[in-house]
Amino acid sequence: MDTVKLTIKNQPDLYLEADTICPDTFAGKKAEEIAGLHVYIGREQHRLGDFFEVSGNAGATPEETKIVVNGDLSRVKYIGMKMTGGEVVVNGNADMYVGAWMQGGKITVNGNVDAFAGTGMKGGEIVINGNAGNYLGAAYRGDWRGMQGGKITVTGNAGSDIGTFMNGGEIVIGGDVDVHVATHAEGGKIIIKGNAKSRLGGQMVEGEIYVLGDIDVMMPGFAYREDVDVDMDGIKGRFALYEGDLGERHRKRKGQTIYAKLYQRIEA
Amino acid sequence: MAEYLIKNGFVFDPVLGIKGDKADVAIKDGKIVETTAVKSPQVIDASGKTVMAGGVDIHAHVAGPKVNVGRNFRPEDKLFGYKPKNGIERMQGGFSVPTTIRTGYNYARMGYTTVMEAAMPPLYARHTHEEMRDTPILDQGAYPVFGNNWFVLEYLKNHEIENTAAYIAWLLRATKGYAVKVVNPGGTEAWAWGLNCENVHDPVPYFDITPAQIIKGLIEANEYLGLPHSMHMHANNLGNPGNYTTTLDSFKLSEGIKPNSKFGRDQVMHHTHVQFHSYGGDSWANVESKAKEIMDYVNSHDNITIDMGQVTLDETTTMTADGPFEHHLTELNHLKWANADVELETGSGVVPYVYSPSIKVCAIQWCIGLELALLAKDPMRIFITTDHPNAGPFIRYPRVMKWLMSTEAREQQFDAFKHKDKVIEATNLAGLDRELDLYEIAQMTRAGPAKSLGLAHMYGGLAPGLEADVAVYDFNPNEPYAPDDIEKAFLNAEHLFKTGVQVIRDHNIASNGNKRTLWVNAKVNENPQVMRDVKEKFLRYYTVTLNNYEVTGHYLPNPYVIEVDATE
Repeated sequence: MDTVKLTIKNQPDLYLEADTICPDTFAGKKAEEIAGLHVYIGREQHRLGDFFEVSGNAGATPEETKIVVNGDLSRVKYIGMKMTGGEVVVNGNADMYVGAWMQGGKITVNGNVDAFAGTGMKGGEIVINGNAGNYLGAAYRGDWRGMQGGKITVTGNAGSDIGTFMNGGEIVIGGDVDVHVATHAEGGKIIIKGNAKSRLGGQMVEGEIYVLGDIDVMMPGFAYREDVDVDMDGIKGRFALYEGDLGERHRKRKGQTIYAKLYQRIEA
Repeated sequence: MAEYLIKNGFVFDPVLGIKGDKADVAIKDGKIVETTAVKSPQVIDASGKTVMAGGVDIHAHVAGPKVNVGRNFRPEDKLFGYKPKNGIERMQGGFSVPTTIRTGYNYARMGYTTVMEAAMPPLYARHTHEEMRDTPILDQGAYPVFGNNWFVLEYLKNHEIENTAAYIAWLLRATKGYAVKVVNPGGTEAWAWGLNCENVHDPVPYFDITPAQIIKGLIEANEYLGLPHSMHMHANNLGNPGNYTTTLDSFKLSEGIKPNSKFGRDQVMHHTHVQFHSYGGDSWANVESKAKEIMDYVNSHDNITIDMGQVTLDETTTMTADGPFEHHLTELNHLKWANADVELETGSGVVPYVYSPSIKVCAIQWCIGLELALLAKDPMRIFITTDHPNAGPFIRYPRVMKWLMSTEAREQQFDAFKHKDKVIEATNLAGLDRELDLYEIAQMTRAGPAKSLGLAHMYGGLAPGLEADVAVYDFNPNEPYAPDDIEKAFLNAEHLFKTGVQVIRDHNIASNGNKRTLWVNAKVNENPQVMRDVKEKFLRYYTVTLNNYEVTGHYLPNPYVIEVDATE
């Protein structure tokens, strides 16, 4: 695997739209060509090299390409957007849409990410060693296709509206989350190791939420069913199982109505 | 104005009866003229290329409040689709519900020059005209909806044709409308009561009238006025298995009524998006094509014209004044739904829809639309539409042409269906080997719709005296071609003239044109009763006054008025 190293040298005055920072775009290109790729500030077109030092050549394919981005990227959007393979490592904070519509490969962010990381993600893996903003693994505005596959792991906290319209894949949050979890979800799994606030599973049709800590307010659309033992991916304990959202439509399988499931740990 | 001479193209023109022969087309002062009438024209070399009149779209949803609801509630439709400003070309966005700017440009790129907005809620006529004003290049008109209007329901329950006609004339003038549109007659009003009218004899709640009375009454009122276009119909029971009987019942209401119009049309009913109205079976499990039964009727009754409403197998945005249907649809596909009720006048709904080749019903719908066109005996009476954006976006017209012109293209699509065998079993399409030629395509996209609209004196052909709307496509019909070449060529006109102005040159937008808005000014005898009813209803029920209702002045910077005299 060949590594391309990008180091930010000029901070943009506004926000840089840099969906070109992606193994699929870099593949087969030399450092000079990569520096010539287009990025945008609003409607102005610039070169990637105007903002970044570029060193190293990319591999022949996305799978053979690793990108390491260094510095403060809190004004850089769309890193790793739509990537299908390869690897991206971000050493620093990144702005919105990291790994949005990603299909494969791996993104590691050693820092925090802003909103919409993993939007509409179909496959691959995102690891955030830090905090995530709002709409993690959610759908784009207006869309009904949220995260559909792959895995997102956040070691810190996440914001609100994570997993909106999620229908596959897995999100693991090491810390706490803000309001609205898995709204409208029709599948997938969200694990919250810390505490949650309120409005978990609103209009949720199918899928699972696990909360290891507290929930401030439970949705009235979720009904307590029973206590169950869980032993899954290192998560062990006795959980209260709720089903919902009772106000939503639900399909039936073998005569049984399928509800979304919310597990809250009551005993480690 | 500049003179042009388009030389040596292969011309397809149903008006002149030219079927692909080499001919020259001359343009002067915005009109087509005899080639001897131009003195020092700019010469366009069209040798080896196809030349046709500008396309005419008889039915598309391209302007107005429900189109804008579609734009507003589908940001995902615009995602990644923006195109920045480039020279005179303005910024564009959107796919199934494009911006007004993209609407104008994309039609022009397909060689279309006239597009009719198919459903204008009268109360929001100002908005509709504002959007049309902002749609470059195209000549446009809009059809106000009448089929659920309280005035119409009250007059027609007593069969008061003269009053209905006077009200139509008043509303066309007030809204600067072009034709009488009817959507799910009575059903949309019933929807305000949570109900629907599923066949022509279902009573409309409160009004003591049936859809049949509304349909027949509006046809009669339309002919009483002698409007350019006939009554434009979207029947009850759209999109439901087994609905073809409702469609035939609706067709039959036109029997015995003769056209009364000096605008040269032969029909008294235009039925739109017939694909959605040609279903057999009694559930989605056994839905099947009844296109044969529908076309047997259409082929043997020349007082009807229809358009296809072809499903294009895309992700799109459905939108119709048929409010109950949209609710039905959101219950089926569970996607987001917007609904509107327009005071006394109409309603509407909007729901995104994905026509997937993996879903049997979508593939059956695709077959039915094509069957309608391929079973047509007279291509001057069936027109290519996708009921944009309901069955698919209008930019797929060239793809529809490809499917109609090539069995190979149809077979490729059949092979891409997940449930190919079941689809073939439920439809007739696989047994049809007809391939339309470009002359028939010109009938279905130019001369036919122009005639049905009562605009054959302006559009649809290349005869001297007609508007100089001319498209040149980089397509040689006499050389071998692959099916995809058809789509490619007709999606990207090489040259386009609109009223004598070159709006596309070498495939690039060269001018934003000089768009006009067509409306019909029908003069009727003074009718104090109708005017009193209008004033009273505005006082009692409307949220706006009459002064804030009429579409005036700046809403139509470039109006084109078609005068009709229905006074005794």
